[in-house]
Amino acid sequence: MDGHVLSVEQLTVAFGGLTALDRVTFDVPHRSVVGLIGPNGAGKTTVFNAVSGVVRPREGTLRRHGRPLRRHRPHHLPRLGISRMLQGLGLFPGMTVLENVMVGADPLATGGLPGMLTGLGRAPRDERRVRERAEAALHEFGVADTAHALPGTLPYGVQKRVALARACVCSPELLLLDEPASGLAADEVSELAERVRGMRAHGSVLLVEHHMDLVMRVCDRVVVLDFGRVIADGTPDEVRADPAVERAYLGPPEGDGDLLAPDGPEEARDGR
Amino acid sequence: MAPTHRAPASDARPDTAGPAKAATATRAGRRPALGHPLLRHGLWALAALAAVALLTAATGPVTDLRVADVGLHLLAVAGLQLLVGTSGQVSLGHGAFMFVGAYTMALLVVNLPAVPLAAGMAAACAAGCLAGLAVGAATARLHGPYLAGATLMLAVGLPAVALRFPDLLGGANGLAFTAIGAPPALSGLVDDTQWRALVVWTVALIGLVVLATATRGRLGRHLRALRDDPTAAALSGIPVGRARVTAFVISAGAGSLAGACQAYVLGTATPSTYALTLSLVLLAALVLGGLGSLWGAFWAALAIVYVEVAGTELAHALELDTDVRNNLPVVFFGAVLIIIVLAWPRGVHGALSALGRHRSTPSQTGDS
Repeated sequence: MDGHVLSVEQLTVAFGGLTALDRVTFDVPHRSVVGLIGPNGAGKTTVFNAVSGVVRPREGTLRRHGRPLRRHRPHHLPRLGISRMLQGLGLFPGMTVLENVMVGADPLATGGLPGMLTGLGRAPRDERRVRERAEAALHEFGVADTAHALPGTLPYGVQKRVALARACVCSPELLLLDEPASGLAADEVSELAERVRGMRAHGSVLLVEHHMDLVMRVCDRVVVLDFGRVIADGTPDEVRADPAVERAYLGPPEGDGDLLAPDGPEEARDGR
Repeated sequence: MAPTHRAPASDARPDTAGPAKAATATRAGRRPALGHPLLRHGLWALAALAAVALLTAATGPVTDLRVADVGLHLLAVAGLQLLVGTSGQVSLGHGAFMFVGAYTMALLVVNLPAVPLAAGMAAACAAGCLAGLAVGAATARLHGPYLAGATLMLAVGLPAVALRFPDLLGGANGLAFTAIGAPPALSGLVDDTQWRALVVWTVALIGLVVLATATRGRLGRHLRALRDDPTAAALSGIPVGRARVTAFVISAGAGSLAGACQAYVLGTATPSTYALTLSLVLLAALVLGGLGSLWGAFWAALAIVYVEVAGTELAHALELDTDVRNNLPVVFFGAVLIIIVLAWPRGVHGALSALGRHRSTPSQTGDS
């Protein structure tokens, strides 16, 4: 198990004539939190889509522990130890919270179709394992009391925890988080920051986030994308001091604000 | 840059041990009801079969055949329920799979009379699964109205195959055969129609036990997940395309088995039985009964059989001429459907479960 949990090498993704990612290169080391930031349309979600096999890169290689990932598909991700929380959460509205998380825990089951049809063989043991792991995850994320509710009936912050529980239920080696802080109140963001840092005990996190305070607090490294290119890659302090980053966020000099500062508009709102 | 009033990562609090909390906390959630799902569903099935036996023993041949009709439609609609209600794929071609089953059964009995009934049923189910695999694989990339359109073609086209090969499939008259009656050992106990009702219900309940076990377990979760959000389902490790085809195969197997039962009860398989109307009635009845539950399929089967009976009786009572009389049951069915869906948008089962506080959580709405 040598090498980084994820190495992105010269990743190029194009949609028709539009180059969404242009030779993007960065690493996610073992047990670290890497932030992926950049203005809207910079290609952050496209990186996630390429890593999760939703889009095929035109060029470049994705490596997991040094071994290239070739033609993997989204449903291979759990087997690769990669989990992704979608920006829109992607909870299943017609299923209870427990069932939602049980779907996330489903890779723990090993039985085949005959068992699923008859409930025989490994099926009961699979079912028990999946259920127990899902219940444990619900406890871990403090949403056990909502186990039999439908996600749509819960506050957004709780839904977010459910989505996070579903993404984490199989203890992934690499967790992809797409804007986990959006729509959360200040105390919820602090709790999220703690959880994300806590995840380094088991694996690594690749985090796309606009909430700069969160990014600066939790990330070991920050990669900045602009127009599909990496314009900076370093520790939060290095990135914050990088003039290229400032330009990307604010346009040419003489801007009258600093979006990278942690006390941005969201902080002001949260301070009420 | 503006001054920072909070230092970056360095002062973050130490990692909190989440799992420790989980270990000490109390386990929430109900335990699944007693025993193995197969045992539980099997006991339900035995009780239902006993009820059918009592019912048919107490009534005459006309009711026997209607009870058999309810049983086979229950199986067909339950299969459709898995496809439409659980996996969210709308099929207008379910009648075509009943056609496959009925003709497999009829061909076997006509050409190989020695084949036992159970083997005929198994062959029909297998043929239906193969047909479902072909249709499911061919339409795997179609969704919503496009899938409905493609399956509609199947419902329109397949019965015409019988007309195209009149020597093999009997043309418009179909294939008639002598149905296997009650075994001689039971001749004093049950008459032929009663025996047929029991055979149909035995087959239907075996099918239902499998469907119930599949729907309530992992497979049901997979299908509901991909119905609700295919992207999130795939990211959770569910091979969406394969799961969709699996739903088609199981649903087609159930439909085909129901068709075989119908051929067995009627002693004939004709193309007109499996015309487009049948597929439409099955889907409409499913909506009427309630999407998403096997109880919905039960109400649907009752509606299919008894609304038609009521429509036919009404037509006779009004002494209408033949053309109107033949079409009145379908019109009547449509009217009942409209009234029920207007009154209870989630079907009979939805209304009943809301009535009997079926769930502690607020009931779901807008479920497809």
